[in-house]
Amino acid sequence: MTLRDTLALSFRTVASYRTRSLLIVLAMALGVAAVVVLTALGDGARRYVVGQFSSLGSNLIFVLPGRAETSGGFPGAALGQTPRDLTLEDARFIGRLPQVRRMAPLNVGEAELTYGGRLREVTVLGSTAELLPIRNMRLSQGSFLASGSERSAQIVLGSTLAREFFPDGEAVGRRVRLGDNRFRVSGVLAPQGEAMGFNSDEIAIIPVDYAQEMFNTNSLFRILIEARSRSGIEPAKAAISHLLKQRHEGEEDVTVITQDAILATFDRILRALTLGVAGIAAISLAVAGILVMNVMLVAVAQRTAEIGLLKALGAPAADIRRLFFAEALWLSLAGGAIGYVLGNAGAWAIRLAYPQLPAWPPAWASAAGIATAVATGIIASLLPAARAARLDPVLALSGK
Amino acid sequence: MIRLSAITRLFRMGDQEVRALNGIDLDIASGEYVSIMGPSGSGKSTLLNVIGLLDRPDSGRYELDGTDVTDLSETERARVRREKIGFVFQSFHLVPRLTAAENIELPLMLEGVDPAERKARVDAALDAFDLGDRARHRPPELSGGQRQRVAIARATILRPTALLADEPTGNLDHRIGAEVMALLEGLHHAGTTLIVVTHDRELGARAHRHIAMRDGEIVADEK
Repeated sequence: MTLRDTLALSFRTVASYRTRSLLIVLAMALGVAAVVVLTALGDGARRYVVGQFSSLGSNLIFVLPGRAETSGGFPGAALGQTPRDLTLEDARFIGRLPQVRRMAPLNVGEAELTYGGRLREVTVLGSTAELLPIRNMRLSQGSFLASGSERSAQIVLGSTLAREFFPDGEAVGRRVRLGDNRFRVSGVLAPQGEAMGFNSDEIAIIPVDYAQEMFNTNSLFRILIEARSRSGIEPAKAAISHLLKQRHEGEEDVTVITQDAILATFDRILRALTLGVAGIAAISLAVAGILVMNVMLVAVAQRTAEIGLLKALGAPAADIRRLFFAEALWLSLAGGAIGYVLGNAGAWAIRLAYPQLPAWPPAWASAAGIATAVATGIIASLLPAARAARLDPVLALSGK
Repeated sequence: MIRLSAITRLFRMGDQEVRALNGIDLDIASGEYVSIMGPSGSGKSTLLNVIGLLDRPDSGRYELDGTDVTDLSETERARVRREKIGFVFQSFHLVPRLTAAENIELPLMLEGVDPAERKARVDAALDAFDLGDRARHRPPELSGGQRQRVAIARATILRPTALLADEPTGNLDHRIGAEVMALLEGLHHAGTTLIVVTHDRELGARAHRHIAMRDGEIVADEK
């Protein structure tokens, strides 16, 4: 029997048992659809987080004071010394490295912002002009901290703050009081909303020197560095570590991490999550496979006389086995295809309901879903097909 | 062309052993018309199944067209069945999902004949068996006589050397049964070896050679 005839004949068989075939196809389709929808959700979440993180800037390197790792420790630890401060001077040296495109030192603190009788506790960032391009921030009014403005009392307000303190919208040029100092508003940030749990609409930015003075510290909270390119991140990281080690008398008492490394961690976690939910969905496919096996066993029992006839007509066992294989193949292929369509429709509905979530099913998941459906269908047909092929023709003809 | 020597077939029923065939020796020449008669359980159907390679004897030797087919593998037996044997059953054994034409086409499909030739041969068979206007009908829409004609067309489409019929008229009324027998006899006249198993004395008497069986043995063999 040729392959074409086998496929055609088994297709007719599947099509003629309409209700039964539809039910199996539905079970298979729901399994595949579950894989597609759940991976779309998982992968959508991953893309959402990665996208949020990327919006913070690109090719970023962060320098933090102190070691994040305890291995070995630094020699001073035994003597009860605290790690060396990360100073503005360190930051300036980093800024001169050829591998570094931009650098912005960062201090963070809380202070009271007052203007015209209004008063509010705000998060204050102390930094330089370079913060704007590094962090991908935009202004809606005025200008950012001017370069070389470390000693001029300028302040940039987040959009919410500006709206609350200056309901008339005229913020630029006004003088506000922050803590004990007076600052002139030079600009207002464009609303950006929350990114990575940090709301840039409710912050105030002042020159880093003022911030260090205000918060009475010499140590920076962080240094943000932008490398020249993606491939330049690792060399820049090495150069920074080397420079700071030299400046800190041979001690590695800072932590240098790259945005890529953090991103990769999130990416890994969320990928694992996606795989996990895909695995759970795949269990429903295994259940559908057992259903296929059950139905094929019933089919063999029901069509015993027909199998006997095929044997009497001279069909070898291999032909009969292939016929039942092909039936399972059709059922699972149809289930896979319909499930793929259903799943994509589901993912589309999710994207409609949550536009900010890019819930696109990954190609690998759709392929794996359909492949699993077909594989379970075929595996499930192994036993029934073998049973059909093994039937004794005389007994089978009499329907036993 | 059919030569059975000392064929035995045992069945186990509980702890009892039943000899369905007990040392059968039988020669049937090419082109003969043979009836096998006997009461129920005499082993006549088992004999037909052994001749048709559906059943395997427990001992003895079976030669078909000069070759020993006793020890062929299952796949080879299937091939011999396909090429040399045509079966006609009491209950027709048509595939209910397939049309008359498709039922007749089945052996050609199993043989791997290409579709264009298949169509020509099926059309010819439909005409020969006067089923031209029933080609697209499924078995449930056919009368008993038409069903058996489809089954005979299917059994002969690959031009087997032997046609084995087990109670071919058992499910048909007298008139239709006679028509079917006339059809089978026509095939015999065209050169096919015809072996008919039946209860029906009248039917058995029409054959040119009469074999009577009892308790797994041949008790009479008359020409």
